[in-house]
Amino acid sequence: MKVLLSWMREFVPSGFGEIESDPVALGDVLTSLGLVVESIETTGAEWDGIVVAKVLELGKHPEADKIQLVQVDAGPEFSDDGAPLQICCGAFNMSVGDLVPLATLGTVMPGGLEIARRKLRGEWSNGMLCSATELGAGDDAEGIMILDAGLTIGTPLTDALGVETDVLFDLDVEGNRPEALSVAGVARDLAAKLNVEFVFPETPFAETSPAATERASVVIDDPDLCKRFGLRVLDGITMGPSPSWMQRRLEASGQRPINVIVDISNYVMLERGQPNHTFDLATVPDGAVRVRMANDGETLTTLDGQERTLTDADGLVCNGANEPISLAGVMGGAATEIGDNTTSVLLEAAVWDRMTIARTSRRLNLRSEASTRFERGADPAGIERALDRFCQLAAELCGATVAQGRVVVDGGVEAPIEVTLRVARVNQILNLDLDAAAIAGYLAPIGFEPLSQTDTELQIRIPSWRPDATAEIDVIEEVGRHHGYEKSGTRVPRPAQAGSLSPTQVARRAIRRAFMAEGCHEAMPMPFLAPGDLAKAGLDEQGITLANPLVAEESVLRTSMIPGMLKAIAYNQSHRNTGTRLFETGQTYIATDGDLPVEDEWVVAALDGADATEAMALLHRIAATLNLPGMRISNAEIPGMHPTRAAEIQFWGKPLGFAGEISPEALEAYGIEGRVGWVQLLVAPIVRSRGTAPKEKRVSRFPSSDLDLAFVVPDKVSAADVIVTIRKTAGELVKTVELFDVFRSEALGADTRSLAYRMRFQADDRTLTDDEVAETQLKIINAVKKKHSAELR
Amino acid sequence: MINELNAARDEALVAIAASNDMEALESLERDVLGKAGPFVAAKKRIGELAPEDRKDAGQAINATRTEVEDAIEARRGTLGASARAAQYANERLDLTEVSTAASVGHAHVVTQTWEELEDIFVGMGFHVAEGPHVETDWHNFDALNIPKGHPARDGFDTLYVNHGEPGSTLLRTHTSPVQIRTMLDQEPPIYIIAPGRVFRRDTADATHMPVFHQIEGLVVDKDISLADLAGTINAFVGTYFGEEVESRLRPNYFPFTEPSAEFDIRRADGSWLEMGGCGMVHPNVLRAGGIDPEEWSGFAFGFGIDRLALMKHGVSDLRELFANDTRFLSQF
Repeated sequence: MKVLLSWMREFVPSGFGEIESDPVALGDVLTSLGLVVESIETTGAEWDGIVVAKVLELGKHPEADKIQLVQVDAGPEFSDDGAPLQICCGAFNMSVGDLVPLATLGTVMPGGLEIARRKLRGEWSNGMLCSATELGAGDDAEGIMILDAGLTIGTPLTDALGVETDVLFDLDVEGNRPEALSVAGVARDLAAKLNVEFVFPETPFAETSPAATERASVVIDDPDLCKRFGLRVLDGITMGPSPSWMQRRLEASGQRPINVIVDISNYVMLERGQPNHTFDLATVPDGAVRVRMANDGETLTTLDGQERTLTDADGLVCNGANEPISLAGVMGGAATEIGDNTTSVLLEAAVWDRMTIARTSRRLNLRSEASTRFERGADPAGIERALDRFCQLAAELCGATVAQGRVVVDGGVEAPIEVTLRVARVNQILNLDLDAAAIAGYLAPIGFEPLSQTDTELQIRIPSWRPDATAEIDVIEEVGRHHGYEKSGTRVPRPAQAGSLSPTQVARRAIRRAFMAEGCHEAMPMPFLAPGDLAKAGLDEQGITLANPLVAEESVLRTSMIPGMLKAIAYNQSHRNTGTRLFETGQTYIATDGDLPVEDEWVVAALDGADATEAMALLHRIAATLNLPGMRISNAEIPGMHPTRAAEIQFWGKPLGFAGEISPEALEAYGIEGRVGWVQLLVAPIVRSRGTAPKEKRVSRFPSSDLDLAFVVPDKVSAADVIVTIRKTAGELVKTVELFDVFRSEALGADTRSLAYRMRFQADDRTLTDDEVAETQLKIINAVKKKHSAELR
Repeated sequence: MINELNAARDEALVAIAASNDMEALESLERDVLGKAGPFVAAKKRIGELAPEDRKDAGQAINATRTEVEDAIEARRGTLGASARAAQYANERLDLTEVSTAASVGHAHVVTQTWEELEDIFVGMGFHVAEGPHVETDWHNFDALNIPKGHPARDGFDTLYVNHGEPGSTLLRTHTSPVQIRTMLDQEPPIYIIAPGRVFRRDTADATHMPVFHQIEGLVVDKDISLADLAGTINAFVGTYFGEEVESRLRPNYFPFTEPSAEFDIRRADGSWLEMGGCGMVHPNVLRAGGIDPEEWSGFAFGFGIDRLALMKHGVSDLRELFANDTRFLSQF
């Protein structure tokens, strides 16, 4: 919302005080009120040095066709001896006798150009005649700006056009402050803060008979759609441009001037926050208007010439024959639009249901200054003032005569809300020590009217222009805002308990450290997938889809961590970052019958250029770092993984994850060269395992003896299973079993290999005898031979 | 006897001086000082002397023996030093040949910032709460005082997912649903922060990503006021940005807080930088969390983690954080 200081001043008879001369300080006050100043611009000053000049003579330039020599009179101050000033000018739109803006020598133009005396093709030019564009006063770059006749030659342009130096504040207005989308609303807030009086100026104009009630009428069929609806009738309008002061204000506020009626309409909306609409009265028989919801499929051609097909969620203004003439609060109809020949106008100012306007403007993509104000909530009590302001301006600026009185009908307008405001509550929430009178003093000037007050309570009526405020807490915010948040002071609350991370958060940090120690960088792939990503990775499960994705590439929630990491590896390979080791902690999203999907948290690592054995080695080091004893690994076929190079990992009988190599098909589909090692673990079991501190197992003080045994074992038997057999057979006597050598050769035969295990035997309560060890050794050899079709080497 | 010993000593001293390595010296030591050596033999013969001569003879033997021992020790030192010197020369390494390639991975910048924030708030007595990414619209909106049809819902650019009733399930647009889950889950007093991943229907550009990270704070306790909020923000800002950095609250609007504020920090050049939103928890939100707003009050705040990471490391484009390029990841 852009607001001019001069415009706000019209609502503050005494002015804002000395602070007016300090735009930055004024801006700080606005910001402190929650009207955040995005920018401050000083207007008017950029015309210093530009004066009104009269064209005396137009002559040909002897050397150039596209330049003419213009003799001007800019008053005695700019002429040594009363002689005319010669200006070389590239425009030909002026005539002798016209008044034009002259940038005198030394002027710095709004664009930064400094005007100096110089020769153009041998002829002196003593300044520059200006176009509207060069002055920053409009879009007309075609010719020199011709000024109103009757201005005094030699006067500064700012004085001649009545432009005061002005300040333009660009404010960021939040959704709960619809009233601050108006000059008057901002002025009210500012005046209250600065402790000066705010008043709506009188809007006098003459009224004629017959009365408006005899020439116009309204029926509201649907009070849920329309809170209040008002009409005025204006005749005798002369169409044309609006005066330059109004155009300048509109332009400063970001509105293009169109014609006097449209400009007045916009001006009133900006000033009062009340959008309004004008119908050509000649096109609305008897001035009869009906307000109702549209029927499904009903059509209306709107001002922009488009035929709109409506639904029963759209509001309509119709004529007496119940035919749509305007899309309520969003856009007028083409058939009733005012034109150059319009003389009589039916003026509408209404307040609509916020949701209806929001829905319709969104559905039709017709967001406008008007719809924004209606969505946030216009002031039902402000309709009369807005109608009158329009009429006053129309009477002044385009000769309108106004039919006496208004037609205003209540629809679903709510009674004003009253809330009880407890003094103690105000002071508790804001950490203040205000009494009831002080509280009332902050509220009354912004329309939160204290109806009654005791030492402990105030009865407050919420103003009609603050639809967002409905409860005590909303009023407390207003007190805080106007008293100043900074006055609440600072205090650091002291919780009784110490802060802490949860076990999961502590474990997550440990997990990250473990993977980083393995040289893995932490990646953050998007959790979204493209529709084919899972299939490309050899995964057949269906991910949860987004209902309204922005792009197809991000339309599926991942059910697997693999595609995201493969994309990251492929990206790095394509940028010649090879051997990349990445890890990620993140969620997969699996659909359920319940309210929400299951979100499992995983840690995964992708090792570019590493094979399955490297991945397994990394897994074991990670398990050692994280102290995860009791991990059981078994070869398995896992979707997305290399069919013969993958293992699943169990932890205390429950799934922990899997590891190995990514399937070559998936790598090919993702454009990855070489192998990619993969480790994937669920976070939750790791957290659980860390939940119990490991208890001491007493170290045996008796001697131990080591034994190495090598078996020739068929390939189909997993090395881990042999360990299980050894442990089961040896029972408590075996402290450690470690596979220390794997050996294949032709001599051993195909589909088989030698597995060498080192065992350490030790008892907790005695020294083992050689016989005990020999007996255990024999048992182990027999068990492994029998169970795994193995031979002792 | 003494003369014999002196002769043996002189001979030994010459041999010690001539010994060229530790082995020769040690063999010499065994020969001269060992059981078969002249000193042990001389000691055995003391008994043959007259009792009054024994003391002098013993002292003489010991003195001579000490001379030899000292000479051996001195020679051992010399030989040891030169052997060490030879070893050093032999073992010389050019340590600049050792590869500088880093073998340790780096935590993501977002994680680094995230953990730093967690640590600051844990130090202030907060616990760290978490919640699901896929949320019900009730937790994400209704419970936060944004009923269906509220214009504020539009501002969130919500991504809905096809799960359950259409429009009922979404990717959380902020970490605020964790406030609701925490309040429903535990009794006040509540002091939590909730860092986490959030989602918006945004096209990726230098300052927007459809996925980003926020941190949320919630305090519910007796007599919590705007001053507690301002004090907490102040303490955080001073810890994270440095003691000299000021913060301020200015009025703003959020449906879930009332009064609401934006908190700014003052930059070195004196201008204010918008950091995040905050405010007193709206009574409707406390009620949705099963907490009586007459008995308890609270404040909440929230801001972006990614933006802090960008600011700290001078990263100009948010997309860099999610490209997973190791040349980027390994820098921090």
